Amino acid sequence: MAESIAIAHAEKKRIYVLVWVTLLCMTALTTGVAYIDLGPWNTVAALAIAIFKASLVVLFFMHARHSEHLVRIVIVCAIFWLLILIGVSMTDFSTRNRVSHPTWFRTNQPSVFHHLEGSPY
Amino acid sequence: MSSEADATILKTSTASSKAHALTVPEQFDDATQQHAAASLGMWVFLATEVLFFGGLLASYTIYRYLYYSAFMIGSHHLDVVWGATNTAVLICSSLTMAMAVRAAQLDKQKHIVFFLVLTLIFGLIFLYIKFFEEWWGEYKEGLAPIHFTYAGLHAPHVELFMFFYYVLTGLHALHMIVGCGIMITLIIMTLRGKFKGGRFNPIENAGLYWHFVDIVWIFLFPLLYLIGGRY
Amino acid sequence: MASAGEAALQSPAETYRVHYLNAKYGIKSWLLTTDHKRIAWLYFFSTTFFFIVGGVAAAMMRLNLIEPQGFLVEPDTYNKLFTIHGTVMIFFFLAPAVPTVLGNFLIPMMIGARDVAFPKLNLLSWYIFMTAGTCFLYTIIAGGVNTGWTFYTPLSTSYVNTHVFSAAMAVFISGFSSILTGLNFIVTIHKMRAPGMTWSRLPLFIWALYATSFIFVLAMPVIAITMVLVMLERVFHVGIFDPALGGDPVLFQHLFWFFGHPEVYILILPSMGVMSELITAFSRRRIFGYGFVAASSFGIAIISFLVWGHHMFVSGESVYAGIFFSAMSMLVAIPSAIKVFNWTATLYKGSVSFEAPMLYAIGFIGLFTIGGLTGVFLATIGLDVFLHDTYFVVAHFHFIMVGGAIMGYMGGLHFWWPKMTGKMYPDYWARLAAFITFVGFNLTFGPQFILGFEGMPRRYAIYPARFQLLNIMSSAGASILAVGYLMPMIYLAWSIKYGPDAGPNPWKAKGLEWETESPPPVHNFESTPVVTEEAYAYGTEPARAVAVSS
Repeated sequence: MAESIAIAHAEKKRIYVLVWVTLLCMTALTTGVAYIDLGPWNTVAALAIAIFKASLVVLFFMHARHSEHLVRIVIVCAIFWLLILIGVSMTDFSTRNRVSHPTWFRTNQPSVFHHLEGSPY
Repeated sequence: MSSEADATILKTSTASSKAHALTVPEQFDDATQQHAAASLGMWVFLATEVLFFGGLLASYTIYRYLYYSAFMIGSHHLDVVWGATNTAVLICSSLTMAMAVRAAQLDKQKHIVFFLVLTLIFGLIFLYIKFFEEWWGEYKEGLAPIHFTYAGLHAPHVELFMFFYYVLTGLHALHMIVGCGIMITLIIMTLRGKFKGGRFNPIENAGLYWHFVDIVWIFLFPLLYLIGGRY
Repeated sequence: MASAGEAALQSPAETYRVHYLNAKYGIKSWLLTTDHKRIAWLYFFSTTFFFIVGGVAAAMMRLNLIEPQGFLVEPDTYNKLFTIHGTVMIFFFLAPAVPTVLGNFLIPMMIGARDVAFPKLNLLSWYIFMTAGTCFLYTIIAGGVNTGWTFYTPLSTSYVNTHVFSAAMAVFISGFSSILTGLNFIVTIHKMRAPGMTWSRLPLFIWALYATSFIFVLAMPVIAITMVLVMLERVFHVGIFDPALGGDPVLFQHLFWFFGHPEVYILILPSMGVMSELITAFSRRRIFGYGFVAASSFGIAIISFLVWGHHMFVSGESVYAGIFFSAMSMLVAIPSAIKVFNWTATLYKGSVSFEAPMLYAIGFIGLFTIGGLTGVFLATIGLDVFLHDTYFVVAHFHFIMVGGAIMGYMGGLHFWWPKMTGKMYPDYWARLAAFITFVGFNLTFGPQFILGFEGMPRRYAIYPARFQLLNIMSSAGASILAVGYLMPMIYLAWSIKYGPDAGPNPWKAKGLEWETESPPPVHNFESTPVVTEEAYAYGTEPARAVAVSS
């Protein structure tokens, strides 16, 4: 029983090699893009490529495309909770100065983070 | 829920799978149930790993947001070429790992050993580059937080970046070392014939772990080496 | 099978039955066991030990607070006492108590399995737990730690010279124990259910523990890595949380409470699960609104991850984030209230009887409701600024954790004690203990609400003289509460040797765990049970069932 399930799930070699080549190309691409000035889009491109690569690994190498729904729920939960952790923490840091230092006030008064050159406050 | 349907399938398949007479631990009905449990357990473990790295990634994100210039300066002190090389090395190891699992699924014992050894070699190459070409070099440059001599612009926050660099890559390397230990164990177990006849849960789960470690690096590479571009 | 007790009267020689307690003997058979029921006992003794450690620390604090200037300990020792009390109670008693003692024992039995999915991992969890516990005991003996159980930075990383490192290490290690337990439970509940045990037939205790495991798995890794950062900062003096070195202390609070608030629900959710079992068994009724009670466990688990900022309203956190966290915190009241209303509705027109476990359950409903409602006060930003770090907060979370979680644990322990040991404890003493606990608890923590509202801050060894009367009331209550906790230890221990045989189902309760013998056989059931009815199918006489189906 276990064997028959396993054989049904064994991928073709060709697919693995194809995924591997794509991953290597994407690594070259993400390194190359870093040398082109895209402004803030550099970060976006780097993350988009990383997400694409990770998805390939999860779907093909980790067989998520054949796995049961439960495993997919686990994957989605892990990602979602990671986003909660990062995203909801960021709601604090990205809005911390808004009320205490409105724009008309900020011109005269240094921000709480005035010592942080380059921060987006 | 579909898992209910799965449960019924498992139950109905019990009778037929008994004939295969694979010895399973006493708490399980059959190998199918054991396989499903082991696989789910590994995925849940990986979910905790995501959150384990997640604490660091959240801190990293917040400080990168607050001290972007310092992080960019710090990032530019890292060696992109070695970083990209190591990414490629890990991707190759993931391919060989996937092939090892495939060989186990198809019950080809010699192929399992071959691919596991390759995976181990790639893992060791990664660790070699990490330790001797990167960490050691940055340490000599005075960028390691325990021996921080950089005194340029934003020095405290460059140090913060380097701290994250060392902790994130260090934690990742620790996972790699554990992974290499697992590879060695699996090679020995395969040579002793432990995975004959379709019993390959450990190899499959080790594969999941290995790919997860690869995915972590896939994110660490752009997050650490490519901040603000290199133009 | 059901007449094991009667057989005992007829001929003692024939009653010798092999069960999990007498199948093997010797210290090795316990320390190397993979039987979930024996591991539950390992956890029972270790968590009880830590409960006593934490309880002694609390007793010393309450003694000290009898006089405004404190008459027992130095202020610095007092700081160490509340740290020990908090850390031990949260990480080494409350978090593991219900899941690892009752959960370990009952999950496989309730779903009709022979064991958990990974028995060796289960034992490993206990060893990791004991390693963590030893690490914290070392901290206490070596001189203690005085940061509070929250380890707030930069106090913990830069300013105190107590044993923060080993304490953080203990918390770090205990996190892995909880993760592995949670992982084991999730897989067990998904993959090990007996035929016919569908999701809608699962006992609500299982649902509650599933939600708890979910939190274990997602929250514990974050505290583990946070503790690593604290240790690294302490050793290498890198400014990750210390503002003097370029870090942000509020980030620590974010990471800590991302774990810390769900942790609170780790403590209360399992007891809520126990409640559903107790209320139905002693009112002889099906649970009112099964689906809602099951779903509310999950609602609580999910929302618990979105409310952490309500611990940080006065930390300098963004006001916008504060509004979000405040709103989310109030949302938690909805699933919590659903549970309380449904338990109450279950009681309505039930044939309620007041055995000892039920007394604890009734106590739980009242105390948890007060604790929950005062939580809504504290979720309100404006009021929280006033009440933050006062005794009001202390009273609020003790109503949840002691009045809720421990009441549930004690109730569950009394309920399943006959199943775990095969022996019955004296009901009179148990009822008395439940009553004394309830009175002592209210006297201890009721006055603290008033103290907090009048402005007495928490975590101080001394206080203004005008607070003395309420503090004496609180300390007096604590001594009564201590009696309420000591009594069960005595009569439960007594019952193991002298108690009458309980029989397989002393409460005439429903559920797979009551269908097997007490104590259960090594593999729980003689043969794998097949489930054909809903959970809590009380009062379904065959005639009525036929009438409904025809």
